[in-house]
Amino acid sequence: MTESTRMTGADAVLRSLEAEGVDVMFGLPGGAILPLYDAIARGTTVRHVLARHEQGAGHMAEGYARASGRPGVALATSGPGATNLVTPIADAWMDSTPLVCITGQVRSTLIGTDAFQECDITGITMPIVKHSWLVQDVKEIPAVLKAAFHIATTGRSGPVLVDIPRDIQEAELEFSYPDEVDLPGWRPPSKVHPLQIREAARVVALAEKPVLYVGGGTLNGDACEELLHLAEVGRLPVITTLMAKGAFPESHELHFGWPGMHGPKWSNLAMNTCDVLVAIGARFDDRVTGKLAAFAPGATVVHLDIDPAEIGKLRTADVPVVGPLKKALTELASEIEQHRADGVPAPEAWLRKIVEWRGEFPLRYDRSDELKPQTVIEKLQALTAGDDTIFTTGVGQHQMWAMQYIVSERPRTFITSGGLGTMGYGIPAAIGAKAARPEATVVCVDGDGCFQMTQQELATAVLENLPIVVVVVNNGYLGMVQQWQDMFFAERRSQVHLTHQVPDYAMLAQAYGALGLTVESEDELGPALEEALACGRTAVVDCRVAQSEQCFPMIPAGAAALDMVEYGESVEAK
Amino acid sequence: MKHTISVQVEDKPGALARISTMFARRGFNIDSLAVGPTERSGVSCITLRVDCEQHSLEQIEKQIHKLVNVLRVTELVPGEAVERELLLLKVAAAADRRAELVATAAALGGRAIDLGQEAIVFELTGTPEELDSFQELARPHGIQELIRTGRIGMSRPSTRRTSRRLSAIN
Repeated sequence: MTESTRMTGADAVLRSLEAEGVDVMFGLPGGAILPLYDAIARGTTVRHVLARHEQGAGHMAEGYARASGRPGVALATSGPGATNLVTPIADAWMDSTPLVCITGQVRSTLIGTDAFQECDITGITMPIVKHSWLVQDVKEIPAVLKAAFHIATTGRSGPVLVDIPRDIQEAELEFSYPDEVDLPGWRPPSKVHPLQIREAARVVALAEKPVLYVGGGTLNGDACEELLHLAEVGRLPVITTLMAKGAFPESHELHFGWPGMHGPKWSNLAMNTCDVLVAIGARFDDRVTGKLAAFAPGATVVHLDIDPAEIGKLRTADVPVVGPLKKALTELASEIEQHRADGVPAPEAWLRKIVEWRGEFPLRYDRSDELKPQTVIEKLQALTAGDDTIFTTGVGQHQMWAMQYIVSERPRTFITSGGLGTMGYGIPAAIGAKAARPEATVVCVDGDGCFQMTQQELATAVLENLPIVVVVVNNGYLGMVQQWQDMFFAERRSQVHLTHQVPDYAMLAQAYGALGLTVESEDELGPALEEALACGRTAVVDCRVAQSEQCFPMIPAGAAALDMVEYGESVEAK
Repeated sequence: MKHTISVQVEDKPGALARISTMFARRGFNIDSLAVGPTERSGVSCITLRVDCEQHSLEQIEKQIHKLVNVLRVTELVPGEAVERELLLLKVAAAADRRAELVATAAALGGRAIDLGQEAIVFELTGTPEELDSFQELARPHGIQELIRTGRIGMSRPSTRRTSRRLSAIN
């Protein structure tokens, strides 16, 4: 416990953040949070990054959290400031990103009176936070913040919200930061049941066609090294979901792509014809499974997760293992190593089969005179291979191409909105990632639709000296919606045309003080990307790509995973 | 199938709202809900009656258990728990029918607690099934108003406790 000092609630918030080791927070001031911003002006060791919209601040905090593994912190005022944080909170909830949101609230005496900029943000966010607090006494502030950070980061990580009325920020307390949390109802699993591990190891070691289906929980649980060890000792093929991209080195001989709607055919073949499916921090999302009843039929499911509620939520687990993945994977690896040492053979024939499928059904697209979006990502990959680069994305076709063509070798280098599918995530998440890892080059692969949702944060990137490179895969359309309309709505394009020309992204970038480049052909692509990556300041590369390119393979929504449509096939043929 | 879930929660602002929000969000229906204090100060008990499959019940229990203010989640297994409910019933009762009504109620353990010119208010505490029978017996007389508290319950010390506690999993 720190020595007690008299101070205001606002100062106590900052002293608490400092005690938690927070180095950056992202926010935007307003009326109900003025005392906290006044305390910031009076001094804190925590850097404040001024966003242009609270949604941007929230996604920045998420990007920071995903790049660093530490909780992101976002600040906003009451009412609209707080509601603008709802999207990032929902996003963090779906992807289990540790996020601590601090919002100002109207004075205690005004709560419930429909006061100016009053809204019940703890009520609004109740279904999408792990926990929230409306602070009712200034003396609660240190314990509430201690609990907020503890809950955000322990068990299955996720967002929390602390709502502090203005008068409570102004009131005084004797501040001392607690060493312990007092949360009798919060006991996330800390151990793994040895019998379950033994059973899981037996099933996995004896499998002829095992697959490790690795989800984002592996990154959140800091279990990537343990995963690598497990895969190597067992000779087990690894398939990483979008959220787990980078959790396992993608050039490794045991990595076999990404599952689901736009995953390669070889990955989905492996997932769906395996005899033992080992789900590791993964949640059987519909974008992974396709039609659930037809997903991996007949496979024995071993499900490892820190969250007991994920076990059996969608697919019955034959062998459930609840607990921290770092521990679970370590113990599983050591048991499997023993089985292998005892002569239980590794699934070499199965590995050869998946390699064969990979050769038989590669990712492909046709080159033409037009610049193809896939070419943009391939070039970007070629230019950044081996460098310390973090990629973020928006949501849509460009995101799926980024998944397919970016080779992620290290954890926390591919940052994307998976569960909520939040368009506009890419630019602010990139800024947050840059704040977390200034030494890395941060590249946002964005779509033109996504770009226009959060482009104002280019000002933040430029003025806060958090340079990012935004590569706009500009097809002039809300591309993924267009693809669905073309494939499933008889090509009736409805309200999806954004145009290549408006806005002029390069000029817009220049208006923000960033480097702006336009690419209209494959010849211009390499030099423009090289210039942007080397310039050392924020850059936007507008890549005007083919307008009607579709993303394949694709499992139509609700279809069985094995009924995927490949490049050049029509959906009717299925 | 119907299940009774007993949830011990810290008596903190929003604890009930978090549980009811979780039910609404995950698409589970609550048949009845009763909240009250327990033997421990600062701890309330929420008794929920839900109609769902076994699979959903497990999901409900796990999701409730994840809530920060929740201390314990127990399913009250039929036969291993006592369950009680309170009913208040206002029934039309002309002078010539009163004796019959009061006698019927008394036979089931009910008690008249207010007498008016045209109506009687009965209270009855019992198992939900007993309350159902009383309700049916009173119906022909003309029920003017009826309210039930929703059931509460606890495990019986007389039987070996097998009621499942989620917190014991793993």
